[in-house]
Amino acid sequence: MMEYSKKNGDRAPVASKPLKVAPHGLESDIGSKVEVEINGKAYKVPIGMTILDACKKQNIHIPTLCYHEDLCLAGVCRICVVEVEGMRSLQAACTYPITNRMKIKTSSEQVRKARRHVIDLLLSEHYGECYSCHRNGNCELQKLSKEYGVDSYRFGHVIERRHNVDHSSYSVVRDMDKCVLCKRCVRTCIDLQEVGVLESTNRGYDTTITTFNDLPLAEVICINCGQCINRCPTAALRANDPSHFIWEAIDNPKKHVVCQTAPSPRAAIGEEFGLAPGHSMTKQLNTALRMIGFDRVFDTNFAADLTIMEEGTELLLRLKRSLVNGDKSVHLPQFTSCSPGWVKYIEHFYPEYLDYLSSCKSPQQMFGSLLKTFYAEEHNIDPAEIVTVAIMPCSAKKFECNRPEMTASGFKDVDFGLTTRELAQMIREAGLRLPELPPSNFDDPFGEASGAGLIFGATGGVMEAALRTAYELVTGRTVPFENLNIEACRGMEGIKQASVLLTGLKPEWAFLEGVNLKFMIAHGTANAKKVMEMLKAGELADFHFIEIMGCPGGCIGGGGQPIPTSGEIRKLRAKAIYEEDAGLPIRKSHENPNVNYIYEKFLTDGPCGHKSHKLLHTHYVKRGKYIV
Amino acid sequence: MLLSEKNAMTEEIEELCSNYGSYRESLLPILNDIQLRFGYVSEFAQQEIARVLDIHPVEVYGVVTFYSFLSPKRLGKYIIRLCRTISCDMAEKSSIARVLERELGIRFGETTSDMKFSLEYTNCLGMCDESPAMLINEQVFTKLTPHRVAEIIRKYK
Repeated sequence: MMEYSKKNGDRAPVASKPLKVAPHGLESDIGSKVEVEINGKAYKVPIGMTILDACKKQNIHIPTLCYHEDLCLAGVCRICVVEVEGMRSLQAACTYPITNRMKIKTSSEQVRKARRHVIDLLLSEHYGECYSCHRNGNCELQKLSKEYGVDSYRFGHVIERRHNVDHSSYSVVRDMDKCVLCKRCVRTCIDLQEVGVLESTNRGYDTTITTFNDLPLAEVICINCGQCINRCPTAALRANDPSHFIWEAIDNPKKHVVCQTAPSPRAAIGEEFGLAPGHSMTKQLNTALRMIGFDRVFDTNFAADLTIMEEGTELLLRLKRSLVNGDKSVHLPQFTSCSPGWVKYIEHFYPEYLDYLSSCKSPQQMFGSLLKTFYAEEHNIDPAEIVTVAIMPCSAKKFECNRPEMTASGFKDVDFGLTTRELAQMIREAGLRLPELPPSNFDDPFGEASGAGLIFGATGGVMEAALRTAYELVTGRTVPFENLNIEACRGMEGIKQASVLLTGLKPEWAFLEGVNLKFMIAHGTANAKKVMEMLKAGELADFHFIEIMGCPGGCIGGGGQPIPTSGEIRKLRAKAIYEEDAGLPIRKSHENPNVNYIYEKFLTDGPCGHKSHKLLHTHYVKRGKYIV
Repeated sequence: MLLSEKNAMTEEIEELCSNYGSYRESLLPILNDIQLRFGYVSEFAQQEIARVLDIHPVEVYGVVTFYSFLSPKRLGKYIIRLCRTISCDMAEKSSIARVLERELGIRFGETTSDMKFSLEYTNCLGMCDESPAMLINEQVFTKLTPHRVAEIIRKYK
């Protein structure tokens, strides 16, 4: 179970947070085992475990819909009902804790009939046909209907829309006619991410999941993280798909269509083609993108390396101003700014702390502005004819590329943000089977990237990459960790912290001698909120650098990644990224020859110089959370 | 909303909060008081309540829309709620409804332009033995006839 940090206690009512139920008799019995009979067979399970968990352990399948392992329990859909001997009615397996000897039947006649009823009732209020649905083939309601042999709309079917589709947001499309009221999005938004955009409103038949005052999504405090999309069982929530614009650009011979792929999509896109999570598809993906018709295929990791140079330099400059000049106005710790979900979160919820945020653009936007300036100049292409597509694991990137300030090149720096799921759809549409394609490399000049850029995809990756470079920059030695693997930065803990003592420095960095560089890593905005509250309370005064990713697990768990998601899947994706990093020849950002080339040829006044400030840095908007 | 009105609202809410305590469970009593005092819970009030209770505004909105006697929109001075449940329906509720609409010049779910009357349906009032029944603010009227309804409305006008 996750933790909550609300001042006034948890949002979830006590009833939906079991696992700690006083057993019959003695309190000391907690943790001990009890014998239960499931479908006539006896098992021993720990007291307090839910029926669903107990059955999962024994490989007994119970269908679920509102249950999601990342979220608190709700027990609202009643699809997981089972028969418990001695109980008057059927019980929801997902919320029923086993506290004493009991007999459970998971597929008796009564249970099967009840489940079929629940599905029939859900379908009676579910609008639309599966053929024209975005989640056709990957819909949990569709799957359940098949599992329980639904062959007719027993209680009728909705043919007319009751709600309008909300297309207002650049990132998330809400189609409430497809909603089955499982409230996974509500629990995601309020409990998992603590943003608080979606909640169920009204009552009875009129119940709708909607925003404050039923406003369009673009007008409320949505951070576009898309975690709700990843957890929606149907197509009620989906990303705003720009693929038809991209096809149009590809089919137009005048347009030079360039794509950049982030590290996370390649670690997860295999799942869309039936592979188990944790298989990296980098080189096959390059082939697929060329076959779709992209003119150049570049690696966002190059821009990630560039981000490390810029963000690392910014940090060192802040440290210098603070330690050497004694400048009290310097804002430390410095927060990373690569996650657009996190950036919008801080703009809404902590606008007074925006100065702590690094002014660096995210790798996606850095790449976009370089493509339409440096790349266009070098290859003599009219930047107006260049279409840049960013393949991202993220729905917030769609919002980010549409920010009005992201036009440093004189054009829209990144034209489209495309999620992993949408790319998989394009690959299918092009008639390709991704896992069977021959491998190929990225195109030059932005083809080669370091492993440091690659690990940006997992939580802690930016920190690890920054340390590999910054430590070497100031000491002249590599980071004191085996194989450059900084284990303190890895793992799925909500908030991690560690420190590196800087000694034996190069003369030009002597002012940092003896400084214990303290850093912190958080992922998911619920953890970001905890960090910001610590900052508010003054507990982070001695910290220097804080990495925050808006999504749980970092980009590999992003809102544009293949559905479903779970803690286990995110771990496997992260593993794939770290494994790929370990096998790369260049693993430090400052050793990337392309990065050095660009500082020699184009950004001639160096990291954080005048030109890079114009192209690679940005400013933020104080949005606040009041909706006037 | 004027700034002075906003400040007064904030003060009111903070005072209510100190009376009931700033816990999640104080939400309903606070909403109830605001509803009684202002006739509705405005967008601004919802956000202020969320702020003082440290919950999300959308949660407050969810509660306000859940309960029939809380309203996020400004309603008329007199809120007329006609019972639409079986007993009243069988006792010719629809003729009462027609008279109400005609007398007030509005449809159900609407408010008169002078902000005097709002017209709504409600579920069972528990007056089945004296149906049809309606509520005007907190007063119950039973055994309605088209003639009586018109008289009652004229009295309130």
